[in-house]
Amino acid sequence: MNKFILEGVNLWYGDFQALKGIDMEIPANKITAFIGPSGCGKSTLIKSLNRMNDLIEGCKVSGNILLDGESINGDTDVNALRKRVGMVFQKPNPFPMSVFDNIAYGPRTHGVKSKLALGEIVERSLRDAAIWDEVKDRLKKSALGLSGGQQQRLCIARALSVQPDVLLMDEPTSALDPISTAKIEELVITLKKHYTIVIVTHNMQQATRISNRTGFFLLGELVEFGKTNKLFSLPKDKRTEDYITGRFG
Amino acid sequence: MGRRTLVAWKKVCNREFVAKVIFIVSASAAVLAVGLICVFLLVQGLPAMWDIGIVSFLTGTDWRPTWTPPLFGILPMILGSLYVTVGAVFFGVPVGIFAAVFMARFCPPYLYKVLKPAVNLLAGIPSVVYGYFGMVVLVPFVRGHIGGNGNSILTASILLGMMILPTIITISESAIRAVPEEIYEGAVALGASHERAVFFTVLPAAKSGVFAAVILGIGRAVGETMAVRMVAGNQAVLRMPHEILSGTRTLTANVVIELGYAADEHRQALIATGVVLFVFIMGINIAFSMLKKKDGL
Repeated sequence: MNKFILEGVNLWYGDFQALKGIDMEIPANKITAFIGPSGCGKSTLIKSLNRMNDLIEGCKVSGNILLDGESINGDTDVNALRKRVGMVFQKPNPFPMSVFDNIAYGPRTHGVKSKLALGEIVERSLRDAAIWDEVKDRLKKSALGLSGGQQQRLCIARALSVQPDVLLMDEPTSALDPISTAKIEELVITLKKHYTIVIVTHNMQQATRISNRTGFFLLGELVEFGKTNKLFSLPKDKRTEDYITGRFG
Repeated sequence: MGRRTLVAWKKVCNREFVAKVIFIVSASAAVLAVGLICVFLLVQGLPAMWDIGIVSFLTGTDWRPTWTPPLFGILPMILGSLYVTVGAVFFGVPVGIFAAVFMARFCPPYLYKVLKPAVNLLAGIPSVVYGYFGMVVLVPFVRGHIGGNGNSILTASILLGMMILPTIITISESAIRAVPEEIYEGAVALGASHERAVFFTVLPAAKSGVFAAVILGIGRAVGETMAVRMVAGNQAVLRMPHEILSGTRTLTANVVIELGYAADEHRQALIATGVVLFVFIMGINIAFSMLKKKDGL
């Protein structure tokens, strides 16, 4: 089953075309990785999946992006879309408030008021993000006191708090040390049972370790997309081969 | 001239050295000015406070400099300053913060081009002009539509609220702009609307900067003299908080009204009033710099 279907997606920043005719099917409950050198459009594409690109001035999109068969272009309710399609950013970005309020922010945004319900959501989200044991005694303290890796897992918990279908992760471990990275990778693998995950990564080993599908991007084009083990062992395109064997990028 | 003196002389004339001296002197001027004001105030004011008795000076409810023996109680003025400042905060702070949020996060660029210079202009208007505006517009308005004779705590509060707007808007706006974009994006990515992301995520993240803005605005309100004097009525009478339609006299107005003709102990008492004012302002500034440090503004 496909979660996202992309049909001929083009994207411009002003006059610069950042994505060129992307066709792609992103399967549900799998981990899909986007790889490619800097500036290849992989982050741009992931941001089109929850319309975060709307925040960038001069950004224009054409083509079709379907989520569960329905277009997310045009006058879609973007707030409802972003509730369904959560996002974790490159740099951990906890809000400068308590751990509890960080997680409760999303549900409160969508109208959950009861203390009891919020408490349950906070605990469930933190457990799902494998950080409950580390923060359960300091829920009322500022989230900024956590380590970078903990902050990132907190941000994952925050994204999970609104019960999304999809989790977009834009280089979620690039600012973290190897141990924190390993924890997050482990977590991502467990999350795919309940969520569709799309991850942008600079790290090809990471893509091979965790993803089921990989897409290789170059200069705004999707050069190759397929099962991860196939793409890395038997790339069909010369450019993919050059990139994964480290000849450029 | 011996060789050694020549070398020393050359060293003195060295351009860098001269520049350094000029900079140090210029930089010291501000510190020196504060130091001199402080010393002057304390030397002139403290003995008077001592003679009158600090407690009866600060808590005395009667200001009768011409009686024999004279009474120098400045509690009415302390409360007067307090009332108009609280009033200014009441009127100025909400408007100022909302204006700052609007300018930082909602304002279309063409409007910003008008708003920003307008706010800067507001900061540059001389206080006597504000006072004039108060006399010809606010006083008749309050007299006609709210009550009293118009020269009142309420009128002064409204006017001061306007006067502290530029301080509050400018500092709050830069504090809001200093909040990392990632915080905003994080909120939006959870499905929060622009408004919710701004008011419940970005604004709280800027709160210590906004508090600093409020404190600086309070400092401006406490210290304001001319405009307040022109609309506040200036009666040195102890007022209760509900008497906002009656006139009051602030610490600053007390000094400026009477210093021209005061002599001897009366004059000293006025300078002591200045000491009290100075202490208030110092406290406010210390609070401001502590907040600033915390925020890294």
